[in-house]
Amino acid sequence: MISRSNVRRKRILVVEDNPGDVALMREAIVEGEFHYHLSIAKNGDNAISYLRNLADDTCSSLPDLILLDLNLPGKNGHEVLQEIKEDSRMKLIPVVILSSSDNERDVSRSYELNANSHVRKPGNLMEFANVLKVIETFWLKTAELP
Amino acid sequence: MKNSLSARPVEILLVEDNPGDILLTREALKDSKIINCLHVVKNGVEALEFLRKEGSFSEAVRPDLILLDLNLPKKDGREVLGEIKEDEKLKTIPVVVMTTSRAEADVLKSYELHANSYVSKPLDFEEFISVVNNIEHFWFSIVTLPPRE
Repeated sequence: MISRSNVRRKRILVVEDNPGDVALMREAIVEGEFHYHLSIAKNGDNAISYLRNLADDTCSSLPDLILLDLNLPGKNGHEVLQEIKEDSRMKLIPVVILSSSDNERDVSRSYELNANSHVRKPGNLMEFANVLKVIETFWLKTAELP
Repeated sequence: MKNSLSARPVEILLVEDNPGDILLTREALKDSKIINCLHVVKNGVEALEFLRKEGSFSEAVRPDLILLDLNLPKKDGREVLGEIKEDEKLKTIPVVVMTTSRAEADVLKSYELHANSYVSKPLDFEEFISVVNNIEHFWFSIVTLPPRE
């Protein structure tokens, strides 16, 4: 498993096809307190391949956290979540669903599929930056990661 | 930042036997901008009775979030976690393991058992309060908690 070193920069995988939202996230990192590696996958298949390749590679480590949008081309976010959580090599990576949906069914489904949390994506940059900051503070500073 | 449950208090179940930690958690949660109700049980058996509304807990409210210590009397926190996450009716309730252990084995085991997150309890008083504030800031203000069933 990943070695837990506080010195090593944390890695986040974002699964998101909307370039505007990706830009917002990059912006938030640049201005934010935390420095981490950000990898972007634009769809579920890319995300899974990316994770599987890392899992097979002896010199690389899997991401510390996954931010996963529900609304993706091809496989939707819940399907991707399910695949991640069913793969023993990657199922322990915390997954935060970051979605514009807070439809009750979608939220329930996220938790049923063992998402670590479901967070609603806000519409504007400032709120988005704030949400990312709270996510970072909790997951990269407060929580112990596997 | 409102969550979808802003109309009523966030119900939290704290599973913790250490009186000092119970007190600190209670104090820290009083500062939250989000109105919350803290329910406390002090051992693993009571935790499950509370969640299943059994015995003296027949009127217990369903919590929106569980803060769970691992080292508990009567039934260990790891077992409690396992039972919660295997119970169809209870598994969607987010569980934040909050415990003194930082042992990698405990962290891994907790995530394997589908803990939603794992936080180690600081020994320092002020840091403890700060950690609880970070927990409630993320889980009450930012997260969309599962709908009540």
